[in-house]
Amino acid sequence: MSIAHQIMWNRLIAVVEEQALTLVRTAFSPSVREAGDLSAGVFDAEGRMMAQAVTGTPGHVNAMAAAVSNFIDAIGRETIAEGDIYVTNDPWLGTGHLLDFTFVTPSFRKGRLVGFFACTAHVVDVGGRGFSPDAADVYEEGIYIPITRFAEAGAVDAKLLHILRANLRAPDMVIGDLHSLAACNATGHRRLMEMMDEFSLDDLTDLAGFIFERSREATLACLADLPPGRYANTMTVDGYGAPVTLAVALTVSAEGVHADFDGTSPVSPHGINVPLIYTEAYCGYGLKCALSPEIPNNHASLEPFTVSAPAGSILNAEHPAPVAVRHVLGHFLPDTVLGAVAQFLPNVAPAEGAGALWNIQLAARPLPGAQAAQGERLTSAEVLIFTSGGTGARPGKDGLSATAFPSGVMGMSIEALEQTGPVVFWRKELREGSGGAGQYRGGLGQTIEVQATEGHAFHFNAMFDRVDHPARGRAGGQYGAPGAVRLDDGTRLAAKGRQFVPPERRLVLELPGGGGFGSAEERSPEAQRRDMRRGYS
Amino acid sequence: MSNPDIRLGVDIGGTFTDLALDVAGTLHTTKLLTTHAAPEQAILDGVAEVCAAAGITPGELGLVIHGTTLATNALIERKGAKTAFLTTAGFRDVIEIRTESRFDQYDLNIDLPPPLIPREDRHIVAGRIAASGRELQPLDEEAVGRFARDVRDAGFESVAVGLIHSYVNPSHETRAGEIIAAEAPGLSVSLSSQVSPQMREFERFNTVCANAFVKPLMASYLTRLVERLKEAGASCPVFLMHSGGGLISVEAAVAYPVRLLESGPAGGAIYAAHIAARHGLDRVLSFDMGGTTAKICLIENRTPRTARTFEVARTTRFAKGSGMPISIPVIEMVEIGAGGGSLARVDALRQVRVGPESAGSEPGPACYGLGGARPAVTDADLILGKLDAESFAGGDIPLFPANAIEALDDHIGKPLDLDATEAARAVAEIVDETMANAARAHAVESGKDLGSFTMIAFGGAAPLHAARLCDKLGIGACLVPPGAGVGSAIGFLRAPFGYETVRGAYAKLSTLTGVWLADILGALEAEARAVVAEGYRGEAEPVVERKAFMRYEGQGWEIPVALDDLALGHDAADALRAAFEAEYARLFGRPLDGLDIEVMNWSVRVASPPARIDPVGPVDRTDALAASGTRAVYDTGRQDWTRAGVVAREELAPGLSTQGPAVVQERETTTVLPTGRIVVALPDGTLRIERSAP
Repeated sequence: MSIAHQIMWNRLIAVVEEQALTLVRTAFSPSVREAGDLSAGVFDAEGRMMAQAVTGTPGHVNAMAAAVSNFIDAIGRETIAEGDIYVTNDPWLGTGHLLDFTFVTPSFRKGRLVGFFACTAHVVDVGGRGFSPDAADVYEEGIYIPITRFAEAGAVDAKLLHILRANLRAPDMVIGDLHSLAACNATGHRRLMEMMDEFSLDDLTDLAGFIFERSREATLACLADLPPGRYANTMTVDGYGAPVTLAVALTVSAEGVHADFDGTSPVSPHGINVPLIYTEAYCGYGLKCALSPEIPNNHASLEPFTVSAPAGSILNAEHPAPVAVRHVLGHFLPDTVLGAVAQFLPNVAPAEGAGALWNIQLAARPLPGAQAAQGERLTSAEVLIFTSGGTGARPGKDGLSATAFPSGVMGMSIEALEQTGPVVFWRKELREGSGGAGQYRGGLGQTIEVQATEGHAFHFNAMFDRVDHPARGRAGGQYGAPGAVRLDDGTRLAAKGRQFVPPERRLVLELPGGGGFGSAEERSPEAQRRDMRRGYS
Repeated sequence: MSNPDIRLGVDIGGTFTDLALDVAGTLHTTKLLTTHAAPEQAILDGVAEVCAAAGITPGELGLVIHGTTLATNALIERKGAKTAFLTTAGFRDVIEIRTESRFDQYDLNIDLPPPLIPREDRHIVAGRIAASGRELQPLDEEAVGRFARDVRDAGFESVAVGLIHSYVNPSHETRAGEIIAAEAPGLSVSLSSQVSPQMREFERFNTVCANAFVKPLMASYLTRLVERLKEAGASCPVFLMHSGGGLISVEAAVAYPVRLLESGPAGGAIYAAHIAARHGLDRVLSFDMGGTTAKICLIENRTPRTARTFEVARTTRFAKGSGMPISIPVIEMVEIGAGGGSLARVDALRQVRVGPESAGSEPGPACYGLGGARPAVTDADLILGKLDAESFAGGDIPLFPANAIEALDDHIGKPLDLDATEAARAVAEIVDETMANAARAHAVESGKDLGSFTMIAFGGAAPLHAARLCDKLGIGACLVPPGAGVGSAIGFLRAPFGYETVRGAYAKLSTLTGVWLADILGALEAEARAVVAEGYRGEAEPVVERKAFMRYEGQGWEIPVALDDLALGHDAADALRAAFEAEYARLFGRPLDGLDIEVMNWSVRVASPPARIDPVGPVDRTDALAASGTRAVYDTGRQDWTRAGVVAREELAPGLSTQGPAVVQERETTTVLPTGRIVVALPDGTLRIERSAP
């Protein structure tokens, strides 16, 4: 009966949301706890995803959906046993870089395999060069755990932990996170068993069938009225060392949408390369936002969206290419595909936005021989803060100022941050005039000024984009302001790579604005007056 | 003459104003429509009514305890004072930049809630305090003076001041407050270091802005109320219920009106906690379901849980992140858009969805016959036989089943090819499941397993849904106390004189000293004691509870750790570590090795000692009460119609029981008992629903 199925479907979504929440609460990695850089899902016995938590990184959509069948193949279906837990951080089988660990746990009921739980989270360290674009290959980026057993019949593999521990800079935090991942799947399993008791289910076959059928129907209904055809778009961004062109051609039909990234730049010598599984994820997210935003993610609702990219292109980087900061280009994929969508849904696709997050990663150190200020101590600290520029203007609405898209990142409290590291943020406020003009204005970027506290100085790892290639407007809208990286005395700094900020100077970051939508002459006088009054323009 | 044994609780809600008068233990209650233009009018009318019923004059009232949604509504409707905000140079946009995130990941057309104070009314001033409390740059006092004169001349009524790190060192804020008071004496001023001295600028600045925004309005309302009560002869003290579940004076409420947010639901939680205490229950899930929302709260050891922050005025489907954060101590609960008036529809996935949109009181559910065409939960309850068309609200509000059937058919049945019963069943099941999921998620966030909890159900719609909710949550027993319809107002009468102070003060356990800790906790305690002393005159020592909000270094989420059983001398750090590790293990399975622990915030709650509780003794189950009649009621768990016995609540004398399927009817609500459940009346008139022996 379908009402019972609907209830169980809702329950499964609640179960995976609960799984995700547990991870957020315990995670050490700022990108997990502040940005929700994690995912959690429940799968049927075939490894098809039935439900997934909506987390801060919608870009994980397809990535995890595909991962479980990879686990089944690698482990061997016949050897899967009750009490097993599997793990990997393989960028090509998981979520795109070594820093993400994926855990898969088979769910047994009365001795029979009925499904799987999977979850993924970003950890603070994997050894190697870690979260930096500077490695020459994936070997240099850190330790690599192929799909393997984390626990066998309930017993955790002590040797695996022993070897991992020896390879990590922050072993306590990472091992803590790995146990959390395992516990999170166990919680999901318990909740699933309670649900199956309540509804007297022996397996998930009928329920999976119901979910997939409803989702497929609903997704295809969203696609049914689209004009079939081929729609192409290219977008060029700064890249690292050389500009990167992202090219896409969408083939739209009533059966689905295929995105082909032929024509995209080749693989880079730096770690901005993207494994195909991650390209699929962010491309799928962009398409889903525009075409079927209300359908929950699962095997069937994602199936109509397919992706290809030429092997050796920067969006289908092959092993052993370096991939640690694959998110920078990943974050530009929604803008790239929305540019193609705009050709057949001009009233849906927004203008281009700032896209990639501006992650500010600082390493603050005491100056040799320095004295701390009264009541303070000299300390060394790594400080990481996620910040966002403006989003593109929408058809009918202004863009969002200083708001992440496509990432679901949360900003952080400056007060909390200053408590944990020797830095002072002198400024973090909207960057006036940075939104692209148009009938609808692009979102504003922000201006950030940061300095080391007395007795300290810092290096920072720049991973910034849209400094040379600002967000383009749409339908006659203007460009958003490009980003800028400098010191407060005007010295220009590079947008990528490790650089030093002297103790007496402030690092000044001007984050890019979003593009405008429609001609600026069409902007309503009321909106213009409001922009003036508030200093937005 | 004023008699301390006569006390009045008054709860102003969006639709109804509830009064509960306690005359030496006997309750007289009433419910009036809220008079939005002059909210004190309904109170005055109600006072006349309950005093007459009790045979007393208003002059005999010993104490009036008041809770109100007026402050909440002012924030939701953005109808407050013309308010300006003064903040640290470089941080003008903190309340506009928010969390830099979107609360709905898939909606390209999302609207984020606009800041309470628009950018043109936010002003900056040079001056900077460091995280350590050291002054990095002096306050530009001249600029503060200019600001005060400018906003005064521009006709502003209220000013909020929020400066970076003022929770560590409030000197710049205090000085700014003095300058503003001197330059523009008529302006209402709120300082973040007084309203909410917690770390995290977005939450603190929002809180002080909200306080400033509602302050003139609440000051004028409370002053009028006290005057009108005096004119009516009631010159007794008036105290206000606050969000944390305690009482504060009118003066404190005028200074910190943001503390009055969500005071009605807090009263409900206090009500449930009191029932829990009388019945000796240590683990309770309070379930309060009214017309628009359902509130779910965990009450352990007879005390509702409190939190440091919450979110008000959510703009989109009650979605987390779509409102504004307020950082004040608050009774922790989840509120979801699921009430008797919640409307049902079919979405793009051909799934039934219920709420949060509500039919309200006008037009109300379709079955009210007041023009509502869309089906509400109440319509489904009527079609399933849970409600009786003739005896709703004691027969005062006639219900029209034909309208309910038509609405269910048009909006649910036809799109899904279901008959009216199936449609009604779907609506009832979905709303129950939605509430069950919210309760489960809340329990998980708190690290609790609901299986060992007892439910206490109140609010007009809760007893209709309580038994099914118990099934879904694996809860064995449920109490439906008397007076459930005005639960919050009764709760006000049970609330202690209590106040909680919270302050940000960062410490790592590796370097924390007992002396430093004693200073912090001592200051917080003194502040809370002073507030409590305004109302509490008893001889017994007030109760003090202290908490630290702690995490492993590198984590982002703090867990509250109770400090009261710890010896916090020179080994304070070791004691804190042990307590934190135990709590961490309880919540997340195991403590972690090798990591330092940090404390972000501290809180101290001081409250009058709990009033003596009259325990409700066990009851000797005597007879089964014979039903006066039967009617068809659909059992959503068994998925079939049953012939349910109909019993009047007033006939269920203590000790009498009735076996499900049955409905127990009273004026304000109906308790629905499915097959497999039995209800027994307890000595205090509470109904206890249990699983019946198979």
